[in-house]
Amino acid sequence: MTVWQALGGRGYLRSAWPWRAGAFLVSGALFGAVVLVGIVAGVAVGAATAVVLVGLPLLVLTALAGIPVAAVERWRVRTARVGDVPAGAHRVPDAPGLARWLVVRLKEPETWWELAYAVLLALVLWPLDALVVTFAAGVPLFLLATPLLVAVDGEAKVVKLWTVDTWPAATGAALAGGVLLLVGAYVLGVAAGARAEVVKALLGARGQDSARVAELVRSRVRLVDAFEAERRRIERDLHDGAQQRLVALTMRLGLARLDVPPGPLADQLATAHGEAEKALAELRELIHGIHPKVLADYGLEAAVADAADRSAIPVDVHLDLPGRLPRPVESAAYFVVCEALANVGRHSGASRAVVSGGHDEERLTLEIRDDGRGGADIGGGTGLTGLADRVSVLDGRLFLSSPPGGPTLLRVEIPCRPTEPRA
Amino acid sequence: MSADRAPRIVLAEDSVLLRDGLVGLLTRFGYEVVAAVGDADALLAAVAEHTPDVVVTDVRMPPGFQDEGLHAAVKLREERPGLPVLVLSQYVQRAYAAELLDSGDGTGVGYLLKDRVGQVEEFVDALREVAAGGTVVDPEVVRQLLRRRRDPLARLTPREREVLALMAEGKSNGAIAKALVVSEAAVGKHIGSILTKLDLPPADDTHRRVLAVLAYLRS
Repeated sequence: MTVWQALGGRGYLRSAWPWRAGAFLVSGALFGAVVLVGIVAGVAVGAATAVVLVGLPLLVLTALAGIPVAAVERWRVRTARVGDVPAGAHRVPDAPGLARWLVVRLKEPETWWELAYAVLLALVLWPLDALVVTFAAGVPLFLLATPLLVAVDGEAKVVKLWTVDTWPAATGAALAGGVLLLVGAYVLGVAAGARAEVVKALLGARGQDSARVAELVRSRVRLVDAFEAERRRIERDLHDGAQQRLVALTMRLGLARLDVPPGPLADQLATAHGEAEKALAELRELIHGIHPKVLADYGLEAAVADAADRSAIPVDVHLDLPGRLPRPVESAAYFVVCEALANVGRHSGASRAVVSGGHDEERLTLEIRDDGRGGADIGGGTGLTGLADRVSVLDGRLFLSSPPGGPTLLRVEIPCRPTEPRA
Repeated sequence: MSADRAPRIVLAEDSVLLRDGLVGLLTRFGYEVVAAVGDADALLAAVAEHTPDVVVTDVRMPPGFQDEGLHAAVKLREERPGLPVLVLSQYVQRAYAAELLDSGDGTGVGYLLKDRVGQVEEFVDALREVAAGGTVVDPEVVRQLLRRRRDPLARLTPREREVLALMAEGKSNGAIAKALVVSEAAVGKHIGSILTKLDLPPADDTHRRVLAVLAYLRS
């Protein structure tokens, strides 16, 4: 139930809603005042000492003040249950370290929206919160207490304007206070609801979008992983099933041929034997194309060398890696090389190609270049589009430079760290 | 191994169908399969128990279905120098061949595509060659190596390249002569020319010659 539904329903006054709304506004006023002091102090001290550079980090820190403020505000809205604000959607930095964190935070819009909210809270929202609480709860409570004050002090000053010193007037003031308190309870509810909407408008909507994007990214990664796992499963099934049976079959046919005297039957057997061997060879190539074992067993370097061996044109390989890389990275990079070499062989008219690359601290870089006629296009019906998608899932990038007349250069970069250093 | 008893073989192959088939084939050609096992650990245990004359093993076996058989083969060759090992693989790979040939002194070792068991007699010949201390490498590996080192090999004539490929498979001069339908003397001349063109020392011993060629191709 939202505060709006509660306001329209029966029993609002007897529920906890007015109390929660009041607590939300009171805490908002107090917190807002604290934020005001913090921001003013941060900016003032930071600006004053910026000349001697000490102040610059302080100013940066102040710019980031929106992050904790927004977190507290979201928490307040959730705890008081006066509104529905999704969690913040700051990006997770792609590398550890304070510097990286700072860069990511300062670059994303989320941070600046949160700062804007913090400033609004410090300058406008908290005084409004205080005002509402004062008039909707403070004044009625004071009026209710007038008879008590008159009894103790002999008089009471209502809102500093109206002096009450007689019992009938005090009773009237108390009655008015009671009525106003009932009205004030509703005012608190409306104000708290509206205030929660402000939080939601500034801190919620985009957060929701980026949360959805984050989920989409995650699901895409899951899909690619599932794809990869499926390829491995198919490879394993073919290897354990069809391939073994075909080997056994060719062996039986080979043995049978030894027992058959020359003649038509021997010729038939020989043909069948040849067909079975061809099927076996084709199946072997097929399995290799689905998921090469050398990649799983020996890693990218050996697999790329193998792909170069199989290429129709001469390929020089200069690849130096510190060891094994994460499996999805190896796999994506390998298939990029295969596709590139296949395209070189099919379309480029090149007489040679070079695969070079390596791994620095942060990323794997591979380049495939040829001396062909160029004019290749990443979207031009080559398998590169799918591979670019696959690389981008790993936060990597694929560049293609292929001017008409050549040469063609394909470059792939994937951020990753070695999983097993070379032994 | 002595001539008056059947050579004793330990066989490791995880596919039951194929294992039974291979046992049948080997028995038919006069071998005694003393143990037929389904994984690398059982292979090591069986070799320790039976001390066979030859080991024939698959590469990819339980539990990991990676290259357990190959590692077992390398281990066996390190622990028992002189034990001939023939490795069968569903597909051949330069990297595996290198690992295998680098183990021990590179003699009495074979690396063949599993498909070759279909060519029953050639397969048994290869097994005999390995058992006798020779080196046998699958033509497919040789083809990969030849394709890789195009430039220096460009100096060879087509016939010399044929001879080189057959040499790398561990074939003797006589076998090469038979395969190419030429005289043994002609083969000897081709080989001399190949070794000169590739700057390799001349050698008589078949497997040493193969190793020299392979070492050159791998470098």
